[in-house]
Amino acid sequence: MSDHTVAAYDKELATLSQNILEMGGIAEKMLIDAMDALVSMNIERAKAVVASDPRLDALQRQVEEFAILTIARRQPMAVDLREIVAAIRVSADLERVGDLAKNIAKRTQKLGEARIPRAAIGLKHMSDLALLQLKNVLDAYATRDIEKARAVWERDAELDALEDSVFRDLLTFMMEDPRNITFCTHLLFCSKNIERVGDHATNIAETTHYLVTGEQLPVERPKGVTSSVTTGK
Amino acid sequence: MTDLQIKTDMSHAAAPSTGVRANKLEVRNLDFFYGESKALKNINLSLATNTVTAFIGPSGCGKSTLLRILNRMYDLYPGQRATGEVLLDGQNLLDPKLDLNLLRARVGMVFQKPTPFPMTIYENIAFGIKLYENLSKSELDGRVEHALRGAALWNEVKDKLNASGLSLSGGQQQRLCIARTVAIQPEVILFDEPCSALDPISTAKVEELIDELKEKYTIAIVTHNMQQAARVSEFTAFMYLGELVEFGQTTKLFTSPEKRQTQDYITGRFG
Repeated sequence: MSDHTVAAYDKELATLSQNILEMGGIAEKMLIDAMDALVSMNIERAKAVVASDPRLDALQRQVEEFAILTIARRQPMAVDLREIVAAIRVSADLERVGDLAKNIAKRTQKLGEARIPRAAIGLKHMSDLALLQLKNVLDAYATRDIEKARAVWERDAELDALEDSVFRDLLTFMMEDPRNITFCTHLLFCSKNIERVGDHATNIAETTHYLVTGEQLPVERPKGVTSSVTTGK
Repeated sequence: MTDLQIKTDMSHAAAPSTGVRANKLEVRNLDFFYGESKALKNINLSLATNTVTAFIGPSGCGKSTLLRILNRMYDLYPGQRATGEVLLDGQNLLDPKLDLNLLRARVGMVFQKPTPFPMTIYENIAFGIKLYENLSKSELDGRVEHALRGAALWNEVKDKLNASGLSLSGGQQQRLCIARTVAIQPEVILFDEPCSALDPISTAKVEELIDELKEKYTIAIVTHNMQQAARVSEFTAFMYLGELVEFGQTTKLFTSPEKRQTQDYITGRFG
């Protein structure tokens, strides 16, 4: 796209994009580290995840303030307006991803000794997929690639299905031995958190689609295989 | 940039898709010439009844020219001519036999700079009415008050109707001109950058007025202020180099326009 007549306007939009990409990097790293800490029971690493959240929050505020300032200053139209609205939305999604990773890290610090390593395997699968979705959608956003965004949007059902299977596994562990209940309940919340990360990736996919085309994706997303076990959704 | 020369098929633009609304005014295959130079190229569009249609585009794109055709203002100047059709309720305005005074009573115009007559506020309004109608004093008083109320000016001037129209502020003068236009009960009102000489508060008042006026009149407004076009209009036409590039619903045109040229213009990327 050609440049604005006012060069400072281009710089402002570029600043917004850079902030979003930095936020994406931090959110991804927080989730990777939180899952590593959970799987390896590394309390120090879990604490580091919690400590990195304020930076993400600060960036989100910065994006929001800058976006509002740009709206006031430039009265953006068309693609510029969509770009700024998208920045506000995506930054909110990424900030939530950081919060969810932080929550996993906090739970890791509370899990205690009574743990079953194999129970975390399903969660690891979930987080691998969620991270892949997050990475792909951030690429789609950065390159304005609506095909890639749409692929992320359609693939979320897979993550929902994985969550169902993790739910069943954890239920089995709890039935086997009531002493597992505390540990498994924490893991249940963690799996919910990871599933929510997937939803935020989907939101970003929808925002990217709107940013590029000006059209909204349908309200209904494709649903995955229905499970016989209800997870209360 | 080759796409600036794209000849767009605007046949679909002839009926803005509100469905039920009839078109008050239809422009068909309109060309316009200033002497030898062609200022408008095959314009086709319609103004839907009781809606506001905005015209935007860079200086010299032909938007004011188009507006001036809609009430045959160009007839005042030799060497200017229009070909094609402009239909007001099906009647061709370009017909040379048309009575221009009657046309201008049906299609009123408000200009960029307020142009009150050098007479009292009362006479500014009554003057036009008296040209077309023979009313008693009390009927005339009623019409003047009605017009001033219609232009949201009554409360500010009711105690000084005999003061000169020129004693009013710029924003008040512009509303006086709108009252003058409204007084003769036209069907269409053309606004040629009505707020470009006004401060933000006067601008807001005029915009509020336009919003009220569309209940009764069909309105066309030329403006350089895109936010204003976005605020006041239902339909927007983007013109460039004498051509109609894009015409459609305002909400769509300012959020996701179809044509690259429109996007470049409204986002401030025009070379």
